[in-house]
Amino acid sequence: MIKNLKKQNVWFVFTPYLWLVLFFFVPLALIFKISISVSEWGMPPYRDLFSLSENGLEINSTLGNYLFIFSDPFYIRSYLNSLSLAFTSTVLCLLIGYPIAFYVAKSKTNIRNILLIMLIIPFWSSFLLRVYAWKVLLQGSGIINSILIHIGLISEPISMLHNHYAVILGVVYTYLPFMILPLYGYLVKFDLNLIDASNDLGAKPLNTFVKVILPLSLPGIVAGSMLVFIPVVGEYIIPEMLGGSDKLYFGKIIWDEFFVNRDWPIASALAMSGIIILVFPIIIFQLMYAKYNFKNE
Amino acid sequence: MYEPFLQIIDVSKRFDNVVALDKVNLKIEKSEIFSLLGSSGCGKSTLLRIIAGFEKPDEGRILLEGKDITKLPPYVRPLNIMFQNYALFPHLNVTNNIQFGLKEEKISKEEINHRVNEILNLLELNGLEKRKINEISGGQQQRVALARCLVKKPKLLLLDEPLAALDKQLRVQTQFELVNLQYKLGITFIIVTHDQEEAMSLSDRMAIMKNGEILQVGNPVEIYEKPKDKYIANFIGTANIFNVLNKNNQIIIKELNYEVKNINNKENYFKCLIRPEKISVKKLENQSDNLNIGVVKEVAYLGSYTKYLIDVNGFEFYSFMQNSLVSDNLQIRWDDKVQIIFNETSIYFFND
Repeated sequence: MIKNLKKQNVWFVFTPYLWLVLFFFVPLALIFKISISVSEWGMPPYRDLFSLSENGLEINSTLGNYLFIFSDPFYIRSYLNSLSLAFTSTVLCLLIGYPIAFYVAKSKTNIRNILLIMLIIPFWSSFLLRVYAWKVLLQGSGIINSILIHIGLISEPISMLHNHYAVILGVVYTYLPFMILPLYGYLVKFDLNLIDASNDLGAKPLNTFVKVILPLSLPGIVAGSMLVFIPVVGEYIIPEMLGGSDKLYFGKIIWDEFFVNRDWPIASALAMSGIIILVFPIIIFQLMYAKYNFKNE
Repeated sequence: MYEPFLQIIDVSKRFDNVVALDKVNLKIEKSEIFSLLGSSGCGKSTLLRIIAGFEKPDEGRILLEGKDITKLPPYVRPLNIMFQNYALFPHLNVTNNIQFGLKEEKISKEEINHRVNEILNLLELNGLEKRKINEISGGQQQRVALARCLVKKPKLLLLDEPLAALDKQLRVQTQFELVNLQYKLGITFIIVTHDQEEAMSLSDRMAIMKNGEILQVGNPVEIYEKPKDKYIANFIGTANIFNVLNKNNQIIIKELNYEVKNINNKENYFKCLIRPEKISVKKLENQSDNLNIGVVKEVAYLGSYTKYLIDVNGFEFYSFMQNSLVSDNLQIRWDDKVQIIFNETSIYFFND
């Protein structure tokens, strides 16, 4: 493909790659470097990988950081907490988002555009503000508790904030559009005649959904789930604002190691492990999925 | 007691205050090919969708073999529909598309395989069983769509513009195949089409629709030769419509200034139709004969026949003449004066 490009077009194609190399792979390499360095007091708080001494070139590299975090169940538990949060919220986003995406995709064009704008409008306000708004809603003197007390359902405010349910709520709320939009993208292309055809051939609505609609929207489900699952594993702000001490999440642990403990090598090793554990299964899945899709094209 | 196979009684349907169907009544007999013909927006597709069960009529009933099916959902109606775009399942191969409907019935695996093979043979789809839908041609897709319906052995098959997606050559061939298939299976076909030629060549009977109403029902010959009104006459084929004058017991075709003599029915008609192929023209030999003379305004040689546009005192109409003899040149050319010849029995009188 590149062979066919004219010279000026080569730059056009390579600029995004240059961006990716500069701002993703270089920082990643730096983090990796720190993750295999030895921690020490100072600025920066780790020893240089290579140093010259009387004995010649010295390499101060260690896998100890990795061994340390994998031997401590504290880190593993926080990672599992994050995975479970990501999984739960992905499933919830899918369950809530699918009907919405389907409804939007099935609406008439003018209504559909209004609905889409309504989905996108929250993005215009700050993400922090929106999460903070939930804090206001959920707190003891918040609107929800006030209403519940007012109508007499409860007599004392329930504590809805600072637990992992509040975190799930915040995450689902924040990431729902990332599920809906790719799903919508696939469902809007969906030929509604296929539903009629399936009904006509004797399939009841549920069978039609399972046998026709679901398999044909699978690419949208996969895309949406990836867009929710991957960032939620590293999510830091929402658990920090809405969460409590009942569950610790991976993003928070990395933050603490970096900025509270100032143990950059451990923090880097945590970040690297997180990426490696997540990235390889995803790459394998994507490759398998691409192959499956290719066979179906 | 006589009971029509399918009966549509006073069916009306509105979409957002736009009338799609207005008190439609129709009786369709068993094992006939019936066409619903009309231009787009005439309500033919809505009627088909109501018969299939995708839409519920606002008023009226649908009876199939005497049983009211108006309120039945599509998945329990003993009929199937072939969609204009076929609506084949893109994620399934040919076999799975065909057996999709059978799997919804309580049928043994052997029976399913048997029936799928039967239909594959009937529609000459052997060898394509494992192909994906986008790996087969348009004509093959059409046959798969047909097979997917027929394998269910429906009592009634609805076809929505069945040939519209095919290219012209394939369309003619497929027309005959459809008719043969229907003859072999004896299933009642209801075809929706906007293509009058398709409707004429396929149907036993047809209904002409306009603005949600049925204008005329009849076999192709009746519709073509005896259209109820001007709209139908113009919709099916080319129509030369003349005004008729009734005075002093004389019936005169106004534009031609021609008196019709051999007419039994002395009713007062206001219009008459003479189809172009029933009018022939002859180059004028001697100028003296001044009866029925016109001037040729346009000549279109179309191979099997030639179209002439004839002008008589400013009124224009068509004459189509078979090119039944081989000749190197057309005898009649632009601006030639011609004699207009037609048989009085070819005149069809009607009131608009």
